[in-house]
Amino acid sequence: MEILTPRTLDEALRIKSERPGAWPIQGGTDVMVALNFDRNRPEAMLNLNEVAALRGWSRDNGALRLGSGLTYAEIEHGELRDVLPALAEASRTVGSPQIRNRGTIGGNLGTSSPAGDALPPLLVEDAEVECASVRGTRRLPLGEFVTGVKRNALEPDELITAVWLTPSEAPQTFMKVGPRNAMVIAVVSLAVSAGEELRASFGSASPRPVLVTAPREEADAFPARVAAAAAPIDDVRGSEAYRRHALRVLTHRALERVLA
Amino acid sequence: MTQTSAPGKLKVGKVGELVPRVDAPTKVKGEFAYASDLIVPGMLWGHTLRSPHAHARIRSLDISEAVSMPGVHAVLTHDDVPGKKTYGLEFPDQPVLAIDRVLYYGEAVALVAAEHPEQARRAAERIRVAYEPLEPVTDMERATEQPPLHAEGPARGHGYFDDPRPNVVRHMVIRHGDVEAVGDVSVSGVYEVGIQDQAFLGPESGLAVPDGEGGVDIYVATQWLHVDRAQVAPCLGLPLSAVRVHLAGVGGAFGGREDLSMQVHGALLALHTNRPVKIVYNREESFMGHVHRHPARIWCEHRATREGKLVNVRMRILLDGGAYASSSTAVASNAASFAAGPYEVPNALIESTAVYSNNPPCGAMRGFGAVQTCFASEAQMDKLADALGIDPIELRLLNALQPGDVLPTGQTIGGSLPIAETIRAAAALEPPPAEELPRDPVRLPGGTGNTTHGEGVRRGVGFAVGFKNIAYSEGFDDYCAARVRLLADGSAEIHCAAAEVGQGVTGVILQVARTELGIDDVRLAPGQTATVESAGSASASRMTWMAAGAVRDACRAALEEQQRRPGEEIDVERIYRHPRTTPLDPQTGQVTGERAHVAFAACAMKVVAEVDVDLGLTRIVWIGAAQDVGRAVNPQQVEGQIEGGTAQGLGLALMEEIQTRDGLITNASFTDYLIPTALDMPPVESVLIEEPEPSAPYGVKGVGEPPTVVSTAAVVGALRAATGRELTRVPVRPDDICL
Repeated sequence: MEILTPRTLDEALRIKSERPGAWPIQGGTDVMVALNFDRNRPEAMLNLNEVAALRGWSRDNGALRLGSGLTYAEIEHGELRDVLPALAEASRTVGSPQIRNRGTIGGNLGTSSPAGDALPPLLVEDAEVECASVRGTRRLPLGEFVTGVKRNALEPDELITAVWLTPSEAPQTFMKVGPRNAMVIAVVSLAVSAGEELRASFGSASPRPVLVTAPREEADAFPARVAAAAAPIDDVRGSEAYRRHALRVLTHRALERVLA
Repeated sequence: MTQTSAPGKLKVGKVGELVPRVDAPTKVKGEFAYASDLIVPGMLWGHTLRSPHAHARIRSLDISEAVSMPGVHAVLTHDDVPGKKTYGLEFPDQPVLAIDRVLYYGEAVALVAAEHPEQARRAAERIRVAYEPLEPVTDMERATEQPPLHAEGPARGHGYFDDPRPNVVRHMVIRHGDVEAVGDVSVSGVYEVGIQDQAFLGPESGLAVPDGEGGVDIYVATQWLHVDRAQVAPCLGLPLSAVRVHLAGVGGAFGGREDLSMQVHGALLALHTNRPVKIVYNREESFMGHVHRHPARIWCEHRATREGKLVNVRMRILLDGGAYASSSTAVASNAASFAAGPYEVPNALIESTAVYSNNPPCGAMRGFGAVQTCFASEAQMDKLADALGIDPIELRLLNALQPGDVLPTGQTIGGSLPIAETIRAAAALEPPPAEELPRDPVRLPGGTGNTTHGEGVRRGVGFAVGFKNIAYSEGFDDYCAARVRLLADGSAEIHCAAAEVGQGVTGVILQVARTELGIDDVRLAPGQTATVESAGSASASRMTWMAAGAVRDACRAALEEQQRRPGEEIDVERIYRHPRTTPLDPQTGQVTGERAHVAFAACAMKVVAEVDVDLGLTRIVWIGAAQDVGRAVNPQQVEGQIEGGTAQGLGLALMEEIQTRDGLITNASFTDYLIPTALDMPPVESVLIEEPEPSAPYGVKGVGEPPTVVSTAAVVGALRAATGRELTRVPVRPDDICL
């Protein structure tokens, strides 16, 4: 297997256009599991760790640009904690501290797992995914970017370069259910915000991220509405019935927090 | 704290002193060499091709393409096993490599040795196996009515009850007193235990090195060097002397390394290629590479007087042993022996059956049958207390066993067994008061998931007591050897093949030797089969007792020899045996001599849980344990065993389960087989009850298993108290609490 290590974004995009089969790797917290378990054997790896343009985050007028190489630890501990509190709470639930030091939101988007912890809080904040290639750059709403279970709209020559959003500053929270008290894949998760309207999105309860909204005055019916919008399944991590029940409980509790 | 002397030369104290572990710093710093770190020049990598089916006939097996792959030095099948084709701890019912059928998911089918592990894996993919899938036997209750997986009945003719039903590994009944005796009240329940895995962090691994003369040295993480040799040599068609087994660094065992894993496979490849061969399982493979804790279904009825005295305990225990026998016969017997708990029971009818199936093979795991039955019988004791309106701790004290009492097997308790003291000591431990709200969610059920800020949270306190045997039972000749060399420079070298599996037996051996020899400069030679006789297994809470006995006897013999031959180097070996046991009667389950079990050890535990009853999530807040330890050789090590053993039982109570579908494992990873983290396992306050065991060296008892036996029961007791739910199955799922 070849390891390709570009130093600049231009070089990375050029390689990706020439070698669309090369797998991008940043933190490696998903990719290395797939390799170690022998689930996949790509011909080449595109190591993005040396591309400075993908790291960190910046402000652009009122909008935020989160680099795809932004780590969960950076979100959890830095200034973003106050700007994007639900995303910070979600980041805190990801793996162990070591994993959070390596894992990135770009990886979460690239994997496009229904259990991706960053996806619900980003969707509630109307995030857009920036995809780049030698052909140019485009932005896709997160809900359109993810097209199915571990599938997304990224073209073979594209890389995820950033996430754009304008913080709503609405009260918001994130919760995640797992059968142990740390280091779990979500059995079900939920992000809720209460700005001009109520907004919710959940993880591990539908093939694609779903945004559920309602007027603030319909808060009482909101838990049932969120649970009804889910399409959970039975699997080794939990039952369909439990996931739906938990979504109702979580939404109810989330509203108490964000409407307080 | 114990002071240390010069760096690198830790002064290890005498028996009873608190001594830091010699291997702790290297393990904490990641410098300890585990079996998976073994490396020698010219080494090849072995890989095992495993069955993707739980039950299938092998129609054909074609290795021609695999052998010609780059870097490949050997591809072996059952045809290449030169000696006995099967092996097993109790009966040789398991093929070294599958012959014409596979009986479980992950069964070894073929082996590859190549220059690089990747080449070995790629070649294994090119081995063409034509399987004809067969209907798997997966339900332990239906197994005895389905076609036999082992028609030849490997367990027959070994002195057990001759059960005519198919797929019975062992069936036994303990009849004690009047089995129909009735009481004033009766409580019943059916309890279930899922498949727990040992989940040791160091996967199966080892290195086999051919000696150029037809023999082989095997360096492996194992629990019993000599029994490995006894199983490996016949399969290789070699005399015992041509197979030397050496202990490599063990990353946890818990019973899962009693059975063979890579030993024969590595040796076959090494002898075939005349190159050293290393095999390391990955995490997924490890879930197929060792036996697990038996899943169980247990039917119970407890009858008692109005005052709370037990009158009759009736239990039926069903254990799924999976595809091969491993130690199922002994697990079935142990489950029955300790089924009624540490209580005086005048009448009992206890039936225990282990069956064959196409589920993952099960065998030894910490607690060995007593974990499953303790979970059931302690739930029954709480139920009985509730039915009678008696305090559950008072009910346990009222029925507590004591020396002189007779067990359901007819064995009179001879040695030390301070059950009442242990119960009282645990009951006297005061948990801390509930923490105030609001608090950081990591200190609430759901932990980092931020699922509650206090909503739905109820607190509950559970209590349980459990006991089990120490050492092997039912007539097994369970000895331990030690060899002591007194050298000219005044130092001593100890040889003992006791497996250091992380439990700290190395420290025990050194403490005993220093105590007996009266010198500091004592070394323990690396464990191997060639230089000393068997130590028996690092299992059954026996190793401290047995190694202490053997090293003590050898040290004393060496000192006597030195008196006779002053100034000379001394080299003596001694064998220690614990009091002999005899089998249980196959018809009545009663002792046929003075004892079927050597001795007993108990642990009582109080657990405080907080449960989010709306989401079914749990936080265990505090655990208090009192354990009957005989005499603590090293109190710090004993506390470590109590904490580790408690964590393993807590894992079974809350999350640890191998899930299967039609015999196929569906969660073979640490992503989906969850073990407790630091946020799940609370601090343990432990009290050591030191009442010396009269038949043991220094009065010691084994300490590794009792906390595991009882903690599952105690944790679920706390969950019941918090939720008011029956919770008859472990691990308890969130669904069981809130749906």
